[in-house]
Amino acid sequence: MMDEEVLVQLRNIVGKNRVLTRGNELYTYSFDATPIVQAQPDVVVMPGDTREVAEILKLAHVNQIPVIPRGSGTNLAGGTVPVEGGIVLNMTRFNKILEIDEKNLTATVGPGVITAEFHKAVEECGFFYPPDPGSMRISTIGGNVAQCAGGMRGLKYGVTKDYVMGLEYVLPTGQILRCGGKNYKDVAGYDLTRLLVGSEGTLAVITEITLKLLPRPETKRTLVVFCHQMVDAARIVERTIAEKIIPATMEFLDQATMQVVDDFSHLGLPRNVAAMLLLEQDGSEEQVVRDVDRIAEIAREEGVADVQLAKTAEEGAKLMAARRSALAALSRLRPTTILEDATVPRSQLAQMVEAIIQISAKHQVQICTFGHAGDGNLHPTCMTDERNHEEIKRVEEAFREIFATALALGGTITGEHGVGMAKMAYLPQRVGEGGIELMQAIKQAFDPHGIMNPGKVVAKAARSRVVVRNA
Amino acid sequence: MIDVLKKFDMDELLNCMHCGFCLPACPTFQQTGLETYSPRGRIALMKGVAESKLPIDEEFEHNMYACLGCRACETACPAGVKYGELIETAREVVEDTKKAAGRQSFGRRIVLKRLFMHPRRMKLTGRALWALQASGLQELASKTGLVQILPREMTEMQVAVDRVASPADRKKRTRVVKAEQRAPVARKVGLFTGCIMDVMFYETNQATARLLSKAGCDVVFVDQQQCCGALHAHSGEKADAKVLAKQNIEAFEALDLDVIVNNAGGCGAALKEYHHWLKDDPVWADRARNFVAKVRDISELLTTLPLQVTKTLNARVTYQDSCHLAHGQGVRKQPRDLIRSIPGVEYIEMENADGCCGSAGIYNITNFDMSMRVLDDKMNHVADAKASIVVTANPGCLLQMKKGIIRAGLEGRMEAVHIVDLLDRLV
Repeated sequence: MMDEEVLVQLRNIVGKNRVLTRGNELYTYSFDATPIVQAQPDVVVMPGDTREVAEILKLAHVNQIPVIPRGSGTNLAGGTVPVEGGIVLNMTRFNKILEIDEKNLTATVGPGVITAEFHKAVEECGFFYPPDPGSMRISTIGGNVAQCAGGMRGLKYGVTKDYVMGLEYVLPTGQILRCGGKNYKDVAGYDLTRLLVGSEGTLAVITEITLKLLPRPETKRTLVVFCHQMVDAARIVERTIAEKIIPATMEFLDQATMQVVDDFSHLGLPRNVAAMLLLEQDGSEEQVVRDVDRIAEIAREEGVADVQLAKTAEEGAKLMAARRSALAALSRLRPTTILEDATVPRSQLAQMVEAIIQISAKHQVQICTFGHAGDGNLHPTCMTDERNHEEIKRVEEAFREIFATALALGGTITGEHGVGMAKMAYLPQRVGEGGIELMQAIKQAFDPHGIMNPGKVVAKAARSRVVVRNA
Repeated sequence: MIDVLKKFDMDELLNCMHCGFCLPACPTFQQTGLETYSPRGRIALMKGVAESKLPIDEEFEHNMYACLGCRACETACPAGVKYGELIETAREVVEDTKKAAGRQSFGRRIVLKRLFMHPRRMKLTGRALWALQASGLQELASKTGLVQILPREMTEMQVAVDRVASPADRKKRTRVVKAEQRAPVARKVGLFTGCIMDVMFYETNQATARLLSKAGCDVVFVDQQQCCGALHAHSGEKADAKVLAKQNIEAFEALDLDVIVNNAGGCGAALKEYHHWLKDDPVWADRARNFVAKVRDISELLTTLPLQVTKTLNARVTYQDSCHLAHGQGVRKQPRDLIRSIPGVEYIEMENADGCCGSAGIYNITNFDMSMRVLDDKMNHVADAKASIVVTANPGCLLQMKKGIIRAGLEGRMEAVHIVDLLDRLV
């Protein structure tokens, strides 16, 4: 329970309507998009400006109250679940696009701006902001930055960290600081901007973001390839890149995912192929046509089942929609859907998919795999039922092996979702004990009382508290 | 208590993966930015209640009734969660709990039990409303401030009510309207008149029959029909809703009709759900399925018939989707096609046309302030369309848009009209 005196002070800072304490209110902020994990905050506070954030953090610092910054709560690793209670700091009121600077090709935004709305705003000015996480219609830019979100255009354009140029942030002590800015070149000291991107709310609260913009590509084309074997898809990816062609998007769906997608969207996808590869290239008309034709040629040389080139933008959009509907279609199969993001170097893609199939069979759990073939970022997705505790144990065991395999292949435990709570146990295997110690020391420097999003990423001991109190 | 909780379909609740795709679609979340006002949040609360982690209390009741029931979230949901059914169950659970504790939701229950369960009383209300309007008392009451004795919500909404038909006009209705001979098709169509629809928009029902007659149908005004039950189902009174459904099925199946047509998106969505309402009833399940198979919205039906719009309308026209027609029944294209088929019309699609206008059954009475916030946002989009006519397909939406035109100061520059009335002027 939150001390009444603290609540009074919170109300003084943000106004009484911006402090939520009722039972239903706390309950609806006890989860994010991650299955199974849930824990209730003691209070939800909705600040409206940086000064209010600073005041709230000072108060939390003095009283050693956990603070969990939150956007739309679309993350998939439990990053915004308040496992130790405290204050959920809802940043959605920071929803203004402050500036689109056409001279410097930058935009400055509040962290609560919705990603897709930001896309729309910059595209209207002829610009392009490439990071496109699957949740972009709901997710906030602040959440994207905190998690270093990826998306389907990662191969050619990189991920969120490649576009964050500067930040305003507030330390737990209430100190308001800035790092980076509009300079494309800036090596003044440690790169705190890069450090804060992907820090998952464990170091500071981000209150303003300056992003890099690109000119909008002239055109784009979509190509779909159906493969007899997963290894064919992997080889097409390899050969395409070896020929110095970098498509904007190279996605794949395994056979099981294709079937499920087709059952729901009736696209008429073939049933007898092992995988589907979906490619998109953007750029100048001439180059796009040349690249797409060449990739189709490579695919035919590899003896694939079929190659289809979208003739119109609508046809292209339809094919992309099939890929985007993958998670949705899978989620209809069973009550609980657990989506992970084990990632391997591109060259290990086929081997990793093969391993997932074997692990799934061994543990008798249903796992379909789709993902970003171009950058090796896989989404093994398990369809299960959280009420079946015995099955959930098998699911956990299967994922433990999947992560171990990814690491053995030179990969990583998370490509774009973040560590959060879900992958804390695997982090030492990825970064080593030394890495963990250094990360903990950095955390200590930013957050001496450990109030920033405790129990996430590098927490010393994951203290778990009673999940949701029974009324 | 245990029985109440068993009503929830736990599989359906678990189907919600709380991804948040519903958030941008939800009008009340857009207004508040609060999870308790979002479909994802409400489903979480239902799950909390179903697992006995949360009490069924006034706060839960408030959150369940703050939903407009527009079902835009269902269109947006990638997992296909049947939110409309879940929210109905949640309200049923609230009402059952209150009944068990001897408490009542005064306003809602009086209206639903005393009025909508009884078509004769609805007719009497219509007559009273006509008398009030005809005598000029309503105007007088408005001017002198006499209306202040009514609840503010009612006072606010009554400014949008047009003159209703007189008892003398109502007597002129013939039970059957024959197909015009020159038309090439003949189908036997039963007209579902609706309860509010037939009181407030009697002429629209008459116009519906005229249009169908011109399009080659024999139209029957079916006696013994009742309120569709939508308002009851949406207000946690599912048992009453089922009683009404059975009475309607009985009334319509007696006539061996080809089609059962309605001109109110909200009623239509309810009529098309009768087989879900009655799925566990061995006597009624099949009869309900047969009934549902014949139900069409007027726009759905008209686009399949050879209706010729002959007169020209030189106007810029936009269309406001009825939530229950668009999200509930998936009927979006047909009304737009009908408008576009009018010679001379410049059709303009407004932004967020399928976003709720805030009317939502009796929501604009029970949750007046939120309803007006949603409406004011909607009117910004309507105004941006710079149309002179905004077409609707549901009586609640029509009243709300009339109210919105007044609130936005667009009187004299813009008219809200039911699609049937618009077509009736032009054929």
